[in-house]
Amino acid sequence: MSPARILCFAFVLASVSLATPALAKDLTIALASEPTSIDPHFHNLGPNNAFATHIFDRLVKTDEKQSLIHGLAVSWKPLDDTTWEFKLRKDVKFHDGSPFTADDVIFTFERAPNVPNSPSSYATYIKGKTVQKFDDHTVHIKTKRPYPLMPNDMSTFPIVSKKSGAGAKTEDFNSGKAAIGTGPYKFVEYVPGDRIVITRNDDYWGDKAKWDKVTFKPIKSGPSRVAALLAGDVDVIESVPTTDIERLKNEPKVQLSQGISNRVIYLHLDHDRDASPFVKAKDGSNIKNPLKDPRVRLAISKAINRDAIVERVMEDVAIKAGQLLPEGFFGVSPKLAPLEHDPNAAKKLLTDAGLANGFSITIHGPNDRYINDAKIAEAVAQMLTRIGIKTAVETMPRSVYFKRASRGGPDKTPEFSFILVGWGAGSGEASSPLKSLIHTYDKSRGFGASNRGRYSNAEIDKLIEDALATVDDAKRQKLLAKATEMAIADVAIIPLHYQVNTWAAKKGLKYKARTDERTVAMGVTE
Amino acid sequence: MTAFVIRRLLQSAVVVFVMSLIVFFGVNVVGDPVDMLINPEADQEDIERAIRALGLDRPIGEQYFYFVKGALSGDFGRSFIFGEPALKLVLQRMPATFELAFTALVMAIVFGIPLGLYAGLRPNALSSKTIMAGSILGFSLPTFWVGLMLIMVFAVMLGWLPATGRGEVATFLGISSSLFTLDGLSHIILPAFNLALLKISLVIRLTRAGTREAIYQDYIKFARAKGLSENRIIFVHLLKNILIPVVTVLGLEFGNLVAFSVVTETIFAWPGMGKLLIDSIQQLDRPVIVAYLIVIVLLFVLINLIVDVLYSVLDPRVRIGESQT
Repeated sequence: MSPARILCFAFVLASVSLATPALAKDLTIALASEPTSIDPHFHNLGPNNAFATHIFDRLVKTDEKQSLIHGLAVSWKPLDDTTWEFKLRKDVKFHDGSPFTADDVIFTFERAPNVPNSPSSYATYIKGKTVQKFDDHTVHIKTKRPYPLMPNDMSTFPIVSKKSGAGAKTEDFNSGKAAIGTGPYKFVEYVPGDRIVITRNDDYWGDKAKWDKVTFKPIKSGPSRVAALLAGDVDVIESVPTTDIERLKNEPKVQLSQGISNRVIYLHLDHDRDASPFVKAKDGSNIKNPLKDPRVRLAISKAINRDAIVERVMEDVAIKAGQLLPEGFFGVSPKLAPLEHDPNAAKKLLTDAGLANGFSITIHGPNDRYINDAKIAEAVAQMLTRIGIKTAVETMPRSVYFKRASRGGPDKTPEFSFILVGWGAGSGEASSPLKSLIHTYDKSRGFGASNRGRYSNAEIDKLIEDALATVDDAKRQKLLAKATEMAIADVAIIPLHYQVNTWAAKKGLKYKARTDERTVAMGVTE
Repeated sequence: MTAFVIRRLLQSAVVVFVMSLIVFFGVNVVGDPVDMLINPEADQEDIERAIRALGLDRPIGEQYFYFVKGALSGDFGRSFIFGEPALKLVLQRMPATFELAFTALVMAIVFGIPLGLYAGLRPNALSSKTIMAGSILGFSLPTFWVGLMLIMVFAVMLGWLPATGRGEVATFLGISSSLFTLDGLSHIILPAFNLALLKISLVIRLTRAGTREAIYQDYIKFARAKGLSENRIIFVHLLKNILIPVVTVLGLEFGNLVAFSVVTETIFAWPGMGKLLIDSIQQLDRPVIVAYLIVIVLLFVLINLIVDVLYSVLDPRVRIGESQT
């Protein structure tokens, strides 16, 4: 073979090997909202938590139904009322090759609640807990009072490496210098607003990642996201706009996946003030707040045609709700079904309450937070007007809405009388909405932080507090279900529906829908 | 000229100061960033911790004082959302927006001036009327709709161009831009055209009106009488005279292209400043809003300065007037 031939041969070989990366499996995912940081402890926010699962692991992981599964901990159990033991996985290596030990867990407990400038800190899950190293692969976590939600809390914040995380700032994670975890993917590149790139971690301890390289692209505009999928620019999109779902179902290039979420859309009513600012008699004069009468609250609930909202407003991308969380979640009550639409019974209840002539009220809601939020508020208003409660609608951007709804009134009390809100149970069980929405507002003990109706019922409070101190799962489940039943019977809130989330992937790919609304590369299968 | 520039800069300093005052107090009236940032699971104690971490527990006057103090040394505060310096975030996104605005401006000139000139020289031809009708469409169609239609036709149906995003970036002569790669160019065509459409229409109408007016003036008649070639009359005498209003408008419009490419950037997921601004407004990321607006004010001041200098190049009378004062 002449040298020229060899050269030529080598060249052909080289070009063949250059061409083969076509076999490499790359994936591009379009996100509706992008993570605000690569630092897994900077901002306790949906997109950040979703993205962090690629690079980092948690002690406890959650599956697509938010059930707890083993993560970096292989087992956990309460040793006594106030101590939990977590056995750590052995032979796990960080992306830089250093081994994972109890020291990394201890370091994470120090770092996560203390990230400077954090707009929403992970201290929520870490405060009140002290962690001790028992041996290299065992930690003990102590609390002052019995704390059954320990495994749930351990599923919320990722474990970072002590070696690369010590002294690292949020910027160091964003640049990739400190973005070293134990997760199924490794960090490659982060260009804010443009893309985040990750690549497979071949040394992962669990199921190896399916994709060689994954690129996340933030595409905020719904129609553009759909167009990018149809044009083949991206392989998977999240948050498909409800108006496009019907069309995409008939599109041969696209595969949809839908799943119920942990988010309930509900109405909160003013249980507190004797004269509520947005409730008036029909002639505009002041009246005693009728929402304090459980019959009136029940009338409102019965006047709402949940089927119509699900069918017409939500275009069938929702499931009507009868409690705080859909069935299948821990602590929900098996007895509660969505209330049937019954306008005549509603009218009768109003008459019984001495309000045969009805009254007038304003419903306030956001217009850019939940799927079709403003339209739902309008539908509710029409339904209530039909039974004699003259309802005006006022919606506003969430940047304005939530402040006013939470503390826009005098003395930082809630401003509105009747509001539309949603609640996603981050912990994946019923204590989350019960604690924040139903329990009496109690600043010193951290209860009722989102109880914007200021509902208060000592009996239910006790059930919730008992549940939060009961480590026995079966007993706790019963307490939570009981509290939910009582709250619904008293119409503490009026549940409307559970949001259903929709993902779309190009033909041949499938996304495993998650109740926590996360979009992760691990959920994309062929 | 120097006195003129210095006077201009002093005026600008006042403008920037007043602007910072209006913007800072303006954005502080709307909503509360904490509600946008905090995880719903957080309890009251966590919420207060976040309020303190963002410095929102201090009186607004004090907040402004610290802001001005920092701003004078180039520190506009940290983004609530990203935790990084606000100015850095804005400047990081600037090249993407500039290349988009620049490409749109080039399109406006390349399409607008010849078409306008043609329509002005042959006002009664059918082709001219078509151009003018087209320019009305360009004015009146909403940008977001045109953007989506461009995506549907050229990306989804024909598959010629990518639907969204910015392409690969290459560095040439020390400038990093996606204009230097084929992938980058293919990504920029649709958003730049979408952004340019209104400007093209504007330039067409300006050029046509200028042409119609100038063509009957004495100097053109005289040039004709002198027996100059038609080409020389149009491209030297006529064009030079009608370009002044076009340059003024384009100068100001470039500022607009940079500052308000919000809609185009959102639809095409273009990682520029406009998208950053709209996201920051929605999430009440106050430091970024303030930093962005101050950067934009500075930009407008600079553009106006350049336009004024360009005038004097195009029109000797401006130069003479300045040297006499």
